[in-house]
Amino acid sequence: MSNVTEIRWHGRGGQGAKTAALLLADVAFQTGRYVQGFPEYGPERMGAPITAYNRISDMPIRVHSNIYDPQYVVVVDESLLETVDVTAGLKKDGAILINTARPKEEIVPRLKGYEGKVYTIDARRVSMATLGKYFPNTPLLAAIVKVAGIMEEERFLTEMKFSFSHKFASKPEVIDGNMAALKMALQEVR
Amino acid sequence: MGKRERLSGNEAVAIALRQINPDVFPAFPITPSTEIPQYFASYVANGQVDTEFIPVESEHSSMSAAIGAEAAGARALTATSSCGLAFMWEELYIAASNRLPLALALVNRALSGPININCDHSDSMGARDAGWIQMYAENNQEAYDNMVQAYRIAEHKDVRLPIMICQDGFITSHAVENIELLDDADVKNFVGEYEPETYLLNPECPAAVGPYSITDYYFEAKRNQAEGMRHVPQVVLDVAKEFAAVSGREYGLFEAYRMDDADRAVVIIGSAAGTTKDAIDALREKGEKVGMIKIRLYRPFPADEIAGALGKVKAVAIMDRAEGYTNHGGSLGADVMAALFRARSQALAVNYIYGLGGRDVRVTDMEHVYAELQKIIDNDDAGETYRFMGIRE
Repeated sequence: MSNVTEIRWHGRGGQGAKTAALLLADVAFQTGRYVQGFPEYGPERMGAPITAYNRISDMPIRVHSNIYDPQYVVVVDESLLETVDVTAGLKKDGAILINTARPKEEIVPRLKGYEGKVYTIDARRVSMATLGKYFPNTPLLAAIVKVAGIMEEERFLTEMKFSFSHKFASKPEVIDGNMAALKMALQEVR
Repeated sequence: MGKRERLSGNEAVAIALRQINPDVFPAFPITPSTEIPQYFASYVANGQVDTEFIPVESEHSSMSAAIGAEAAGARALTATSSCGLAFMWEELYIAASNRLPLALALVNRALSGPININCDHSDSMGARDAGWIQMYAENNQEAYDNMVQAYRIAEHKDVRLPIMICQDGFITSHAVENIELLDDADVKNFVGEYEPETYLLNPECPAAVGPYSITDYYFEAKRNQAEGMRHVPQVVLDVAKEFAAVSGREYGLFEAYRMDDADRAVVIIGSAAGTTKDAIDALREKGEKVGMIKIRLYRPFPADEIAGALGKVKAVAIMDRAEGYTNHGGSLGADVMAALFRARSQALAVNYIYGLGGRDVRVTDMEHVYAELQKIIDNDDAGETYRFMGIRE
């Protein structure tokens, strides 16, 4: 099963990590791939650490376990770096993407010696600039698509526009803001 | 032609129900099945179905209302999980004994306590003797396909029994995966109209449903119920054949995966079967002769067919996702071992309890089970036959 891309999301309840995982499954599906997007439910309350997962593959996916050795990890909330072992099992040839306003040099020492690539994005800044509110999941979705090379950026934006126009059919005014958040995030991840 | 989609198991079942367009759907929400009536309520609100949707005050009432509707001559169903099913207990027996072919979309979840919202099979395993047909699914596709086939089986004139279509809570109910849906018209044609022979709202033929039965007749009524159950496997196979012609997807009473030359086998139900397939493929790469039987139809239990499929194995591990408190294993273990005994099998059999309360099942867990089976063969001794997988001791 070496051709499966496995992604693990760490967030806090209410930040939209589950939604982001489902949106990522959605957009990867649109490009003809086999997908899984699923949350791991613990205590359901705002602010509690939650985990969500994605598998993306060219072959049908049969395994139904959580993901223990991901290629990619997304940390939606920087405060989890101290409380959750976010790099557990993370492959050295993979990468971790962290939502933070801090420079990368300050983040790397907090990753328990993780030797793979580290990417950061200030999802708060992107979200405030484009949506006027803090929704970290939209910028992080774009960032992980870029970091993990899930698909071409153009294709991603086209599919997301389609997806948002369905998701936000009753409030079209937020579509432009979300699209702007995706575009800005693609530029801002580093 | 079917349509490629990506859906959670709950949404897939809800779409099957929209396509079936049943007459009456009473519902009371409980995690993780809540989304099924939730999606369905939107279909009602949007006018996509003309089902009578009845929000009731408990699961006792949702099953009672489904029974009433079905007895009146309607095609009815409800959905639930865990304690919701437990609260339907009395009605489950009423539905079966009155030979009412209603459907229940069950999303398997552990029973309390400790209170837990995650998957195991303790809810439906507890209901295994209630007289319902039970079918299980590995993934969203199977949950959808089983739902589409449900009424054809339950309403068959030789059967006329209620049917429980089960899937694993959260693991498949809340996971978005690829799926292929049938066209609405194909489902409609396949399922057809419900034409009950007798029903309460038929003035031409007055009937009583659920009367008191003294010792003189009770036993014969139960014997007749068992007769209906005896016809189920053949009807399941016939319906599956017709379904394959529409969908291209084939189903049996169970799935035998890489069993032809297997000397070691696992018998399992639900989503962990997919994980087991990955373990099997990895071990087969190394030349190990391992296979799996995945139960689709659990009630009635296709004992002879399963014993036949296990005929050549030297050792078998039967996996129960519910504790039976027998001190020697769970209900699937008992059923399979009885089947092997009747078939005079020489296979060494062990019974694992696993995955309770959503405990994750990994590929490595299943590889370990096959390694244990090899030890059993090497020692020619099953050792402890009542085991636990993935437990902290």
